[in-house]
Amino acid sequence: MPDLGKYADAVLSAYGVSSLLLLLLVIFTLRKGRAARQALEDVEKRSKTNG
Amino acid sequence: MSLWEYANPVRFLNLSARVLPVFWGLAVACLIVGLIWGFFFTPDDFRQGSTVKIIYLHVPSAMMAINAWVMMLVASLIWLVRRHHVSALAAKAAAPVGVVMTLIALFTGAIWGQPMWGTWWAWDPRLTSFLILFLFYLGYIALWEAIEDPDTAADLTSVLCLVGSVFAVLSRYAVNFWNQGLHQGASLSLDKEENVADVFYIPLLVCIAGFVLLFIALVLYRTGTEIRLRRTRALQAREGRA
Repeated sequence: MPDLGKYADAVLSAYGVSSLLLLLLVIFTLRKGRAARQALEDVEKRSKTNG
Repeated sequence: MSLWEYANPVRFLNLSARVLPVFWGLAVACLIVGLIWGFFFTPDDFRQGSTVKIIYLHVPSAMMAINAWVMMLVASLIWLVRRHHVSALAAKAAAPVGVVMTLIALFTGAIWGQPMWGTWWAWDPRLTSFLILFLFYLGYIALWEAIEDPDTAADLTSVLCLVGSVFAVLSRYAVNFWNQGLHQGASLSLDKEENVADVFYIPLLVCIAGFVLLFIALVLYRTGTEIRLRRTRALQAREGRA
């Protein structure tokens, strides 16, 4: 760990919050993508069954 | 082969399925290498101390906040002129990515500004235009959600995107237009005298590449999601009529 001196709080909070925001963005993106894929598969299966 | 072929949703999905693993992999690699290099292996600045390490988040996110809006502008213009649904959906898909980039730029800017300027916030031209850009992003997302008919939503959000482009440009060039305020000029410049020192420059370039690649991966993936949601709604509507 580098010595961040008196600015440690500022630097660490910048990295912490930014990493969290990016991680949440990726997680929500992947979750929404999976849900959309599943919903489309269900509707396509239903429409094939119903002709 | 023409670029317009990828306006076909099936072709777009096939292409994105092929290239997405590459973009995800490169984005993660560049971000890990760039941020670890910048955080652990670069020296403190003689004036700014260790706060200079915030540059590896602040500059790439600010760049992407503006570039995401520019990408949305291009996609919106394509929708308005050629009526390709994929381009309208790509603009919609990019907005939440842009809003997160803007939020990171504003947050890291405030955190950096406090010890350097003695204040978290100032009504400086660049900061203010960035805040307005953030509000435009929120308005753009809200407008998409508020309008039920997707084509009308795409039309109106495209017009909003054109108007907001003024602030995207102002965010980039505000420092040059108004020679006042706390914010410094561009960190990256073709003029070697104005550029940041090489020891900070190379890891910064790696971080910028990481943010660009992450943006591309997220927008490709999210556009695919929007295409699937649109197809699902169309099939459900057909079921409802049957």
